[in-house]
Amino acid sequence: MTATLERGLNALREQIDAPVASFFTTCVSCGLCAEACIFYKETGEEKFTPIHKLDLMRRLWANEYTLLGKVKSLLGLGEKITDADLAEWETLVYDSCTMCGRCTLVCPVGNDITLMIRKMREGMSAAGHAPKELVGAAERHSDYGSPMGDLHKALKAQIAHAEKETGIPIELDREGADYMALLSAQEIAEYPGVLAAMSRIFRKAGITWTISTEGFEATNVGVQLGNRDVARTLVSRVVAAAEKLKVKGVISPECGHAYQALRWEGPNLIGKTYDFEVVHIIELLDRLRAEGKLKTKGKDDTRLTFHDPCQINRRGGINREPRNLLGLVAENFVETEDAGTMNWCCGGGGGVGANERAADLRFKAFNRKKRQFEAVGAEKVVTMCAYCHHTLEEQLEEHGMEELEVEGLTELLAEYLDDED
Amino acid sequence: MTNPNFDLLMWARTTGFDIALAIMVGGILLRVVEIVVLGRKKDLARPKGNPVAQGLKTIFTRSLPRKGMVKEAPVTYVGGYLFHIGFAVAFLFLGAHIALITDLTGLGWPEANKALIETAAAVAVVALIALAWTRFSNPVRRMLTTFDDWLVWTLSILPLVTGYIAVNKLFGDGTLMMAIHMLSAEALMVAFPFTKLMHAVTFAMARYYNGSIQGRKGAES
Amino acid sequence: MTERPLLPELLRANGISRRGFMKYCAALTSALALPPALAPKIAWALENAARPSVIWLSFQECTGCTESITRSAAPTIEDLIFNAVSLDYHHTLMAASGTAAEEARLAAMEANYGKYLLVVDGSIPVDNPAYSCIAGISNLEMLKETAAGAAAIVAVGTCAAFGGIPHANPNPTGAVAVGDIITDKPIINVPGCPPIPIVMTSVLAHYLTFGLPDLDELGRPKAFYGETIHDRCYRRPFYDKGLFAEGFDDEGARAGWCLYKLGCKGPTTKSVCATVKWNDGTSFPIQSGHPCLGCTEPNFWDNGGFYKPLSTPAGDYRRVGLAAAAAGAALGVAGGLMGRANKARAARAHEAVDAHDLEKKS
Repeated sequence: MTATLERGLNALREQIDAPVASFFTTCVSCGLCAEACIFYKETGEEKFTPIHKLDLMRRLWANEYTLLGKVKSLLGLGEKITDADLAEWETLVYDSCTMCGRCTLVCPVGNDITLMIRKMREGMSAAGHAPKELVGAAERHSDYGSPMGDLHKALKAQIAHAEKETGIPIELDREGADYMALLSAQEIAEYPGVLAAMSRIFRKAGITWTISTEGFEATNVGVQLGNRDVARTLVSRVVAAAEKLKVKGVISPECGHAYQALRWEGPNLIGKTYDFEVVHIIELLDRLRAEGKLKTKGKDDTRLTFHDPCQINRRGGINREPRNLLGLVAENFVETEDAGTMNWCCGGGGGVGANERAADLRFKAFNRKKRQFEAVGAEKVVTMCAYCHHTLEEQLEEHGMEELEVEGLTELLAEYLDDED
Repeated sequence: MTNPNFDLLMWARTTGFDIALAIMVGGILLRVVEIVVLGRKKDLARPKGNPVAQGLKTIFTRSLPRKGMVKEAPVTYVGGYLFHIGFAVAFLFLGAHIALITDLTGLGWPEANKALIETAAAVAVVALIALAWTRFSNPVRRMLTTFDDWLVWTLSILPLVTGYIAVNKLFGDGTLMMAIHMLSAEALMVAFPFTKLMHAVTFAMARYYNGSIQGRKGAES
Repeated sequence: MTERPLLPELLRANGISRRGFMKYCAALTSALALPPALAPKIAWALENAARPSVIWLSFQECTGCTESITRSAAPTIEDLIFNAVSLDYHHTLMAASGTAAEEARLAAMEANYGKYLLVVDGSIPVDNPAYSCIAGISNLEMLKETAAGAAAIVAVGTCAAFGGIPHANPNPTGAVAVGDIITDKPIINVPGCPPIPIVMTSVLAHYLTFGLPDLDELGRPKAFYGETIHDRCYRRPFYDKGLFAEGFDDEGARAGWCLYKLGCKGPTTKSVCATVKWNDGTSFPIQSGHPCLGCTEPNFWDNGGFYKPLSTPAGDYRRVGLAAAAAGAALGVAGGLMGRANKARAARAHEAVDAHDLEKKS
């Protein structure tokens, strides 16, 4: 099969629902969404105004989903959408939007612009207008299990490494475990330390956990591409693995879009409510803290700040949890401006990080975080998303700030874990 | 013999109003029902927060700017508030308007004095002018601005200006100016369902959806 | 005309002092909004003018206008004005009746052809002239005949000026105003139901002294119909403060607040009621607690109800609104279902793809 304009428009048609209709009906073109957008703010280019990125979708809605627009179309007044339009909008929809969700929270009339970008991408991808890197990642993920290819071997090696480091065995495919942990490709490839960290924390907390060899990859390039068929295929693997192992819960790792894909989109993609719970690792760790099952000793005394991953905090609702946990281990915790729900994106989310074409935009966008880190004089940035972690390191290096250390929260906690028996 | 000014006023109070009301009420219902009937799929993800409660809450809380945003676009924010407040005060608290609302709904409340009404109207007009200015001067708003925006702008400022002229008899025949004021309001009513004026109704829907989507996730909205 | 007594003799005969006359002239000057310096000129004109012949025709009317002009307070200054003219025909006031009366009219017309002043009160039925006849002559015929030789016409009262109550919906007699029939003579409209006595006499005085007064677009003397009652109303401050009577016996009504919400037509009604007032300056409707009905304006009877505020719709909008709501909702359902069908069609046309289908292969 091949991507065509008609397939794209058809996919877009499927996405229009009451919320979308209410959003377009309500927009007053005030332009305040631009003031929330990191790409507009850091470049000053008006074309990056979030609602403008949805102009084609608005056109489709007006032409086909309003009686008045339908009449207009019949009279030949409705503007058609062409392949050239989609090509023009491709960079707006994919390169200059990380689906960070700030516009959604700022819009005075309450339009969920980010949700509409997600929907818009359904049409773009089906029409063959998704960035090639994302398509490639989707192909690799579909064919080999991870966006980076086949990571089975790498996973096993990392597990072996963690077992050796901690002396605690990690049992793969263990049926009936409390939790089935997922990992993001980024963690397996770049930040495997999280395995040892989880291993130690969970043993101390008395939690049994496992990793499925049939569904360990948490990321879902399908939701970044905006293709629910692909997304469904990928999420189904995890659901099947969790059901097979009969676990109580699935741990969504430190990865932003994985949490969205698994926790919020997943049930709707597969068409049923899960029989198991999906919990973000930081949510779970905070629960353990509250239950007194996560004890630490000593504190990190560097000047430490926290970077909120958009999909986990703003669009995921996990805001207090990491701060509760940081309270345990950070001596010198400082918040940057706008921290928390309105934190600024690292610039790598929503597939932008993988998109070569967007490298320059990503670099410019990071100026915001750079200024904020400098303003608080941070010596270390902690986060709870491996891709934010990756982007922060990449951009800090490009901006000549290599001395600023980046660390995952789970690993930081494990460092100060009081696990003496 | 007839008084053409009074006849125009009577037309505005009878046929004109009937047409405007029919288009506005019918049009709003058309557009709102159309949205509701289109519907949305049931969300199957187990909720973490309370989507309905947060949706309802967001209808109100979104009326306040998010922290730090006002300084990013002061004219739009301040102008937006002043226009809405000024327009609302001038519309809702002038005795003649309350008489209209009472006639339509049976509801009534105390009237404000002329000085307050006129200050509110003047503030709204100045705010509209400032907002128009940002539509020219700000590249984002210039790009987003369409015919619809200028139409709505014109239809919003006209009742304010004509009302002021009619009440103060600045020029023209008083009855004629009152008729023109009513007709300007009726033009606003007629345009309502076909323009972004719809936001005055559907903002509640949009905010509700926004709040319920975020609320399901236990996220802020 | 020479045998008719001039005003000074009449003044003496009626026992009115020179001072009283001058006071009246000053009042007239002020009522007509003329400079005070003109008062002596009015006095001179009234004293020296030869008494022109006046023919007063009453058609479809209630005699309220005649009542008003004759029932002015003592001393009977307005009555005096009648003595300044030669009222040759007025079927309520004249002694003659029947054939003699009609002969008097014809005689006066003949004697003063082209010079007499015609005063009309009441409207003229045109659907069927038989609705109102005098001595077997239809109003229409009598008006046309009498107007032909008139120097000018004064249409007294709203019926004559604008059609008035007989003209009100459904206007069973096809009543029209004088101005709707006579178009080749100067017509001064003095509307009101009835007009204020001094307004009528002042207009006559103005005609006698200076000729036709300045008229507005509805043919009304600007001096008396230049401003609205609302502009001059003593309750206006309450309007500006937003204090309104909501009923005829509520606190606001007792406190004398603005009657706008009780349907007062003051804002659209031009008349001097609020300043000149009635019964020798005693009061006027609003002062006695009733909203202005707008009687000096055309179609006042049909202008949306006496007790409906001016700002409220006057039609049967509820029915229209409900019909529109029902139609809108139905169209909305249709539009929504159309959208759903469109979406369902798209869903049927959806062929599940995999990651390898996301590129254009040509």
